[in-house]
Amino acid sequence: MAKNISVTIKFWKQNGPKEKGHFDTHELKNIPDDTSFLEALDIMNEELIGEGKEPFVFDHDCREGICGMCSLYINGTPHGKTLRGATTCQLYMRKFKDGETITVEPWRSAGFPVIKDCMVDRSAFDKIIQAGGYTTIRTGQAQDANAILIPKEDADEAMDCASCIGCGACVAACKNGSAMLFVSSKVSQLALLPQGRVEAAKRVKAMVAKMDELGFGNCTNTRACEAVCPKNETIANIARLNREFIKAKLAD
Amino acid sequence: MKKIDSKIPAGPVPEKWKEYKAHQRLVNPKNKLKLDIIVVGTGLAGASAAASLGEMGFNVYNFCIQDSPRRAHSIAAQGGINAAKNYQNDGDSVYRLFYDTVKGGDYRAREANVYRLAEVSNNIIDQCVAQGVPFAREYGGMLANRSFGGAQVSRTFYAKGQTGQQLLLGAYSSLSAQVQAGKVKLFTRYEMEDVVIVDGRARGIIAKNLVTGKLERFSANAVVIATGGYGNAYFLSTNAMGCNCTAAVQCYRKGAYMANPSYVQIHPTCIPVHGDKQSKLTLMSESLRNDGRIWVPKKIEDAKKLQEGTLQGWEIPEEDRDYYLERRYPAFGNLVPRDVASRAAKERCDKGFGVNNTGLAVFLDFSESINRLGIDVIMQRYGNLFEMYEEITDVFPGDVANEINGVKYYKPMMIYPAIHYTMGGVWVDYELQTSIPGLFAIGECNFSDHGANRLGASALMQGLADGYFVLPYTIQNYLADQAIWPRISTDLPEFAAAEKAVDDELTRLLNIKGKRSVDSIHKELGHIMWEYVGMGRTAEGLKTGIQKMKELQKEFDTNLFVPGSKEGLNVELDKAIHLRDFFTMGELVAHDALSRNESCGGHFREEYQTEEGEAKRDDENFFYVGCWEYQGADKDPELIKEPLEYEAIKVQTRNYKN
Repeated sequence: MAKNISVTIKFWKQNGPKEKGHFDTHELKNIPDDTSFLEALDIMNEELIGEGKEPFVFDHDCREGICGMCSLYINGTPHGKTLRGATTCQLYMRKFKDGETITVEPWRSAGFPVIKDCMVDRSAFDKIIQAGGYTTIRTGQAQDANAILIPKEDADEAMDCASCIGCGACVAACKNGSAMLFVSSKVSQLALLPQGRVEAAKRVKAMVAKMDELGFGNCTNTRACEAVCPKNETIANIARLNREFIKAKLAD
Repeated sequence: MKKIDSKIPAGPVPEKWKEYKAHQRLVNPKNKLKLDIIVVGTGLAGASAAASLGEMGFNVYNFCIQDSPRRAHSIAAQGGINAAKNYQNDGDSVYRLFYDTVKGGDYRAREANVYRLAEVSNNIIDQCVAQGVPFAREYGGMLANRSFGGAQVSRTFYAKGQTGQQLLLGAYSSLSAQVQAGKVKLFTRYEMEDVVIVDGRARGIIAKNLVTGKLERFSANAVVIATGGYGNAYFLSTNAMGCNCTAAVQCYRKGAYMANPSYVQIHPTCIPVHGDKQSKLTLMSESLRNDGRIWVPKKIEDAKKLQEGTLQGWEIPEEDRDYYLERRYPAFGNLVPRDVASRAAKERCDKGFGVNNTGLAVFLDFSESINRLGIDVIMQRYGNLFEMYEEITDVFPGDVANEINGVKYYKPMMIYPAIHYTMGGVWVDYELQTSIPGLFAIGECNFSDHGANRLGASALMQGLADGYFVLPYTIQNYLADQAIWPRISTDLPEFAAAEKAVDDELTRLLNIKGKRSVDSIHKELGHIMWEYVGMGRTAEGLKTGIQKMKELQKEFDTNLFVPGSKEGLNVELDKAIHLRDFFTMGELVAHDALSRNESCGGHFREEYQTEEGEAKRDDENFFYVGCWEYQGADKDPELIKEPLEYEAIKVQTRNYKN
């Protein structure tokens, strides 16, 4: 049975990438603890609108942990502390204590400028994928799907790497603002499959170069990224990216 | 009465698509460079179409409302995608997939479209594997399959419980390659607000830059909308928060017909509603019905105790459980199509057998499968879904809870039907062109392939079929003679007028300055829709529903409060526009439901049912596609009928019993 709790939301307000931001606070009273955290923010916004104020802006969409849109830094952790790998939208009020103050901030990274409040611009991730995160094949008469057999273990591992939702929590958590976990997950998925091997060398070089160009930092193995990844991507991917990268460079 | 030309090619059904492709007009490579195409939406249909068209040489302008094309709601599809590969050697074929889809749709889909869909289904799997989509595989390295509702074969390909995500990322990767090649230009955080018609043809759109708030004009030789369904008219649905029908409704206002709006899919396995603060409902994949068994107590007193909270599901022994789907439909059991499963759940709950405090839930139980296969196998199949369920409800379905007579009972899930998908949508002909020349609609936003009910794992199939394999051909038949025209200028008065109309609307909404928030009115609309235009409809109820919607719309027009201004990002203003269009769509759903005096698929009129409570169709009077033409804001829409013609399949009563 749900019980009700009251909390204080301390949330980040910022009008644009160049503007100075500040915290506002709002008291939420008697919220059923089976309410999701984003629903609690909905309630807060309803109350703000009721007072004639502008609502707090944050990104969200599917609210089932898969679209990668939601991106809040909650009490110092990207996506907050959930049971196991989960996104902001899968966080429920039962994870908070009655009377608690919950601090909500945007992803803070040079690669993700703030658009408004906690909504940030993550188009840098799209640019990295555009640099090479694909197999170059035409729509049309691809060969039969079973023509190349793929060991189950390889397919399963590729699937795990492919589970990345591109939310950017890894970048937000990293003291260097590195995008290595994101990039390595895509590189790994395609490196593990025969379909992706053909362009593997070209891909890893292009994606790493783009990542550097866009101002993401280096990886220093602090493992902060994997600790917060909602899809449990691991730094084994980063090790694989490094191997792929060295292999590609040696072949030059 | 107006006549409708669906442009279905002549010849026997299995030959139509081949014949069409053999004789359609093509655009030569040089002319492709002169032709611009706008694609609105980056879900499975939109992304695959934009990628394929760009690769062919057209100049593509691709729009999405999210911050990245990868976030379109196709990403949330869990279970899988159908194809007639027959890899399992269980007797599948293109014909059987075609037949199952037509039957699943309760004989209300167009034969020719569905056959084409089944035909290209195999190419989709090949295409996706070549892109590096990591579908599940067997130990020998071949692709694995599972079963879905409405089929007796295993033809569903899957990638864990994240098939939609993987297929969308595949399409997104192809799209990204075309962006890199300079053939597709992406516009993210843009929303289409209107289609611009010049000399009777779709020639561009007015889009709002959601970050700056500015309206911008874009012209092209053809406009493709791939903007999804209208499920969010019900407020609570499994759709993403941003899903809306504004683009489609705006096309409808400009003259595109809306077809079969009453065909709305209610998915049987969603997590039940738990309070009035809820923002959306979460789906539990249909794949769970492979191994999960749906039940309610046999005894009403047990149900009462469950509702009071004095008894738990796992305390009820096997002999006191009513596996009502297995009881009513022995041949398909728990794998009956969605409409049938949803209605059966409603029937039990209406009779008082609901299992939670609201009385609106049934159990989905894995005890039997876990006892038979072991928890490890079940976790491998459904682990992420079990975890998702636990995050939301605090109950883990893999936890053993009780033992009665040596049989272990695990904690069951609780589920209830929820709005999930809309089979109805913008009317299109065989070429996926709407009734406005040059305007095309693909994916969920058109009405074309699912009839009155969509089978599980067929939405992904249709989205990708439209985007990869159908539209890139058929659009050329339209564009073949368009390259002779110079580029259309966005300075034309038609563009100026369309932009001004949108701008005036924004001003109007901001100037109402009433007392109620968008969400509070939207919630109320959702209640009306669910109550009167939901799972069980009656003529009386539908009339009441329409009346209540009209009254609520008045409230919207006079008492809405939208904070902020037109300049810059204004989430509330965008939501207000969406809500304005949910009103139009909601009423249209009710009108269509009221005019269709029969029950079929997702449209269930309580007056028209058999003694056993099954949907009762009326083929003599309603064997048609109901197309609605907009007549103006204050007038009722006009119905135009497109008769259905079947030649390959005998129309009969749907039977999942034997």
